[in-house]
Amino acid sequence: MSQLDDLKNAIKSHLGELECVIGWEQGYDPLHATPLFIRTEADLDRLIIGPLAVHNLATYLPGFKGKKIGVVVKGCDSKSVIQLLNENLINRENVVVFGLCCDGVVSQRKIRAALPADPGFVESVEVGAQDLKISVAGQSATLKLSDVLADKCLVCATPDAIISDVLIGAAHTPAPAASLACQDEFEAKSDAEKLAFWQETMSRCIRCYACRNACPMCVCRDYCIATSRDPLWISQDNSPAENMMFQMVHVSHLAGRCTECGECERACPVDIPLMLLRRWMNKQVKDVFELQAGTALEQTPPLLTFKVEEERINERGW
Amino acid sequence: MERFITKENLIRLAEELTATCRVLAPVASCGTVTFRRFLPGMVLDMHSRMAAVSPKAATFPQTETLLTVKREIPEKKPEITETLPEGKNVVIGCRPCGARGKLIFNPVYETDKTKDPYYITRRDNTVFISLACDRPETTCFCHSVGSGPADAEGSDVLLTLVGEGYVARSVTPAGEEVMKSSLFADAGDKGKEADAKNVRARELMGEAHDYASAPAQLLARFDDMDFWQAQSAKCISCGACTYMCPTCYCFNITDDDLGLESRRIRSWDNCMSHTFTLEGSGHNPRPTKAHRLKNRVGHKFSYYPDLHKGVIACCGCGRCIKQCPAGVDIRQIVKAAQEYSE
Ligand code: SF4
Ligand code: SF4
Ligand code: SF4
Ligand code: SF4
Ligand code: SF4
Repeated sequence: MSQLDDLKNAIKSHLGELECVIGWEQGYDPLHATPLFIRTEADLDRLIIGPLAVHNLATYLPGFKGKKIGVVVKGCDSKSVIQLLNENLINRENVVVFGLCCDGVVSQRKIRAALPADPGFVESVEVGAQDLKISVAGQSATLKLSDVLADKCLVCATPDAIISDVLIGAAHTPAPAASLACQDEFEAKSDAEKLAFWQETMSRCIRCYACRNACPMCVCRDYCIATSRDPLWISQDNSPAENMMFQMVHVSHLAGRCTECGECERACPVDIPLMLLRRWMNKQVKDVFELQAGTALEQTPPLLTFKVEEERINERGW
Repeated sequence: MERFITKENLIRLAEELTATCRVLAPVASCGTVTFRRFLPGMVLDMHSRMAAVSPKAATFPQTETLLTVKREIPEKKPEITETLPEGKNVVIGCRPCGARGKLIFNPVYETDKTKDPYYITRRDNTVFISLACDRPETTCFCHSVGSGPADAEGSDVLLTLVGEGYVARSVTPAGEEVMKSSLFADAGDKGKEADAKNVRARELMGEAHDYASAPAQLLARFDDMDFWQAQSAKCISCGACTYMCPTCYCFNITDDDLGLESRRIRSWDNCMSHTFTLEGSGHNPRPTKAHRLKNRVGHKFSYYPDLHKGVIACCGCGRCIKQCPAGVDIRQIVKAAQEYSE
């Protein structure tokens, strides 16, 4: 039986006890998936998995307070579930985790760059084991999956859900690449070059807050300081400096909590490479606190604990 | 007036116009196309994809200074200066839907009782040179909201790509003025080709959806929170949809206080935000994303048409659909309300 059939059967056997199970279905065109809230067996017919099912559905979990629901997660998404549990933002008894052994998901941006015409003109898509056959604006193209995988998949150390009640598919032996080329290239730039880059890039930001709301760990949402009115912490002016200020708030609030799921960057309608900031911050956290968010249960993010003296910071050494 | 302009000459026109106007055009950077201030040397990208962000900023900038305040001597009365927008703007290369979108603002910002001088000044000083579409995208539905891929309403000049240039047709006197430039040539019989392209593009859009019953049907679901909870389940309540929408016109006003000088700014607001309806008392009549999405859809397809002669407050550009991180499709929500049966 296919992985999809196994998943459907597993969900079917739990549906009765759950408010709903969150998975994916085809979205507004054949190239885009969209979250699916499965309430009945009939809804299950629309369920899809695979490289187009990109959304990290763990984002929805804190919104279901007190209700028992199911969620389908890839390896990376399972880290968000763990992190939410570690921060008591969700209850283990209230979630049934359907974990997948994942072969990676696509980056719509890479697909867009590789296609002969804009994906807005897509006509059909055939998902193969190694490639995507896409017909767009009357032209057909075969894209190798490995060429259009999301950056996070290129360095994925956890393709199989690390927390689950049901694990679907055959387990992988992950062999992650050491680091991401685009990240290394960016970090090799001088401070002045980085500043110039962010000034140009942040002039595109429309402060829509999609990066914030797509993030499974951004749980203040309605009470985010970026939009609080009293006090008014951050100017609503959309100048590059203010936009960057908002990103700095996001990054620092995610220190030790960000699971590098990439949703912030994926959600951004104007393609701001936000992961350059997130990965850099995670490197610092790993360096100083030996911690990677979402990789183990019962870890507390360093900024959510208080210690008189941190083990790895020589506070009184100067 | 009907003329012809080559692709190179259109770029030259854009560059020439930068001497006297603020030019807003689709500019590519890092894989994205957005409308932004065009300066000579920048790469115009009118054809590869629809700009993610709409040309709304030409008539309604994301942030604008309404007035400035100076307190030179603390005890003295502050000096308040109104900052009405100055100069002319030209938008080049927007789709017909983007140009038409701004018409939705008119009955709101210019009524018998109130006139918004900032909007009106910008609108009256902005020329739209739009480009008719060759083929619709999967998210396009302009034809269902009373428009189409070669709709000239809201534009001053409508271009249609024919061979290596564009057939240009003036729609307003302001458009005619622009077309007096020597960069335009005689169109010869290219007009026929342009007509054929326009017809073909409309055919490609297929049958239009009929929204006639939408206002009443959406209103009928107003108190049905189960309906709205189901419709908004995947919405993450961010607001990306509203910021990219050519027809969303809600704003926020805040003071940027910088010691002895401050600026009162107006910036785009969005009905997906908790603070949008947060009252001073702390009460919020739209406490959940379901309430907020109900407002967004209801406003565009029900309340606005009810107030303004049946006009739908959506130009069908599809930006909110294709740029939504969760893939929420406004067409489906309206359809669900229209097809609702107990
Ligand atoms: S990061 Fe890993 S688990 Fe996540 S989608 Fe990519 S391969 Fe799958
Ligand atoms: S999603 Fe992109 S455009 Fe929107 S606020 Fe975040 S960085 Fe800015
Ligand atoms: S900051 Fe970005 S990468 Fe990190 S958890 Fe949030 S959405 Fe995921
Ligand atoms: S509601 Fe959506 S489709 Fe309609 S004008 Fe706004 S962005 Fe475009
Ligand atoms: S909705 Fe699409 S086809 Fe219609 S005018 Fe806009 S871009 Fe062109």
